[in-house]
Amino acid sequence: MSVGIVGYGANLPRHRIKVEEIAKVWGADAPSYKKGLELREKSVPAPDQDVITLSVEAARNALLRAKGVNPQDLGAIYIGSESHPYAVKPSGTVVGEAIGAFPSCHVADFEFACKAGSEAMFVVYGLVKAGLVKYGLAIGADTSQGAPGDALEYSAAAGAAAYIIGSQDLVATIDDTYSFTTDTPDFWRREYQHYPQHAGRFTGEPAYFRTVLGASEALLKKSGMKPKDFQYAVFHQPNGKFPMRAGKMLGFSREQIETGWLVPTLGNTYSGASPLGLTAILDVAKPGDKIFMCSYGSGAGSDAFIYTVTDRIREVQGLAAKTRDMLDKNVIYLQYGEYAKFRRKILKAE
Amino acid sequence: MPTARTWREYPQRYRYEAAVCKKCNKWHFPPRPVCDACKGEEFETKAMRRTGKILSHTVIRVPPAPFKDQAPYAMAVIEMDDGPRITTQVVDCGDGSLKIGQKVKLEFRRIYDDSEAGSINYGYKAVPA
Ligand SMILES: [Zn+2]
Repeated sequence: MSVGIVGYGANLPRHRIKVEEIAKVWGADAPSYKKGLELREKSVPAPDQDVITLSVEAARNALLRAKGVNPQDLGAIYIGSESHPYAVKPSGTVVGEAIGAFPSCHVADFEFACKAGSEAMFVVYGLVKAGLVKYGLAIGADTSQGAPGDALEYSAAAGAAAYIIGSQDLVATIDDTYSFTTDTPDFWRREYQHYPQHAGRFTGEPAYFRTVLGASEALLKKSGMKPKDFQYAVFHQPNGKFPMRAGKMLGFSREQIETGWLVPTLGNTYSGASPLGLTAILDVAKPGDKIFMCSYGSGAGSDAFIYTVTDRIREVQGLAAKTRDMLDKNVIYLQYGEYAKFRRKILKAE
Repeated sequence: MPTARTWREYPQRYRYEAAVCKKCNKWHFPPRPVCDACKGEEFETKAMRRTGKILSHTVIRVPPAPFKDQAPYAMAVIEMDDGPRITTQVVDCGDGSLKIGQKVKLEFRRIYDDSEAGSINYGYKAVPA
């Protein structure tokens, strides 16, 4: 039995802030940040957008593409995020109610820094394969925050990607998967802390690169495939540089990575990052295309997947808003003051 | 404590469920017990399409208490493509230059928080289509 993606959908906020606008406030050098991060601007959630609202809209887009899937047949809803609106009350409870999937459904929220979305995909894939659910919904979404003036403030962005996974009417099969996990303290947030802490340069070589390369090399070996066998590859993208470098170290070309490389104008959407990149790839993929994906979550772990696009992809690409359109069209630029208000860094007096 | 009231309204706030008169096919949102067009009392539950157009709009500068941090904000009367008219906030409209007849669609958004520690109320708002 083939298990794979039946429908996929994305949702991005319309608001953006440019690197220059943030750098101006903190007296930082915008050109060196832009060059260092390979990032020009990032998405900003409106005050009334959060992981739940972005997830609902992404899930609705996934349902539009999963033509014929009744939300009542979703046996599981898992939302991966590090910015769930409630500390206690799963985001999935609101999302499932909004899309009409309840009450016969298993729900849980997942956390694993930036790889919570691919984690949800992995678990739903397993449940469908085991025959426990007919369809499941896996979402990666975040509205992440960096502390004011911190390097993370230039990249921490918002977005959601949703996948309906099943065994019929697939738009892409999931051919193989591999997970790589270690105890690596590169990034964390303690309870009651508003902003995360990170270990600076330590987040690079021993964390991101060791883990992404570890998972990717193992999956290539396990599947007997080579980078040249793929049309596309998407890696976790905390900035523009890391995924391009990881891809090159593995033997993927810039052309293979560029389609799903959204970070230069989107920023780092954390749990949404590689899943959103995959939506942009599926928007343009052709039947038979092979796609390589590898997420990364600090702490640290990576989930790698191999997908093959099916003939049905052409029927569904136009059924919902495309990711690149949401990224490039009808955007509203914010100044730092509006951004600070949107993100509740400044509050109105009582 | 508005939690219980909003909870009862989830079918409308979350899924736009309308009551469609079985006799004359008129859509009622929110649902009502008697059709105001034909006095029919039997209805079918159907979700409205999320698209419509602006009939009238204004800007709220002195808001009710739960919305104090949001003012000024745009409100509009919207005619949904399935017929019902709703009054709702319009967001993501930049400088707020809305036009009568402008196409909009409903999106899932936070409406207000009961307090910093209270429950979060979700529902629909309109955005430019
Ligand atoms: Zn009637």
